[in-house]
Amino acid sequence: MSDLKTQIIAQLNLQDIKPEDIGNDQPLFVEGLGLDSIDALELIVLLQQHYKIKLSNAEDGPKVFRSVRTMAEYITAHQPTNA
Amino acid sequence: MNLSKEKYITSTCIISQQAIYKNDTLLYQNTGTASEFLVAAYRHFEVQYPKFFKMDNLCKAGFLAAEILLKDTSVTNYPLPEVGVVLANSNSSLDTDIKYFETTKDFASPALFVYTLPNIVIGEICIRHHLKGENAFFITETFDIPFIQQYVSNLFNNNILQACICGWVELLKDEYKTVLFLVENIAAEPALPFTNENIYKTYKVDNG
Repeated sequence: MSDLKTQIIAQLNLQDIKPEDIGNDQPLFVEGLGLDSIDALELIVLLQQHYKIKLSNAEDGPKVFRSVRTMAEYITAHQPTNA
Repeated sequence: MNLSKEKYITSTCIISQQAIYKNDTLLYQNTGTASEFLVAAYRHFEVQYPKFFKMDNLCKAGFLAAEILLKDTSVTNYPLPEVGVVLANSNSSLDTDIKYFETTKDFASPALFVYTLPNIVIGEICIRHHLKGENAFFITETFDIPFIQQYVSNLFNNNILQACICGWVELLKDEYKTVLFLVENIAAEPALPFTNENIYKTYKVDNG
């Protein structure tokens, strides 16, 4: 999950935040890291670019992007074997 | 009724050639690319606004200049729907347009796309300071001082604004020049009449 945190920081340009500042279960949006709708799109790009995973159902977004842990679980469950 | 009212430049800020001036006083100098300089200046002035890092360089320049321009002013005491922002430049959002275009060859970046309009810099300033007044962003080959002076004056003369941030916010790659003026209808120190001559003197202060 540490690598994923580093990728999130780089993708979202969170220059004042270190990977250890992000809790595994900390909410990514609103009251947690305070991400916004554009950040959500960037997270979708991250999944596609780094993990070759397309978020096929937009309604899954809030569940997938709830925390670093939920993102990591989604990646583990959906990553293509040759990625 | 359109009556001519007294208007004064009560604060100025220039960001150009790796230096920052407020009211003609040099506040900060550094080296580096435009991006490096603007981030270093943000940290130097101890601004607390994490969204700054997500902005494109044009917005960073305009945002930072507005921070310095408005520091120690009482502009937010005006009714916020009567505080406006009128800006101009010559390259629009081309700096980010080029960067965004590069990303479209792979994965188009949503975060860059939202900065592919020059008036986003006005939005960033208004969000930060809760300003809700008239705003406009003009693209002109050079800083058309008589036009900006007249446009802003009309907003005051028609009782649309009581205060206005106006000026030039230009950035393309590592060439940048931002010159902002705070214009008010009262002569708060250090006040200069809002005339073409006084705008020009400030704009040319760094010979940029």
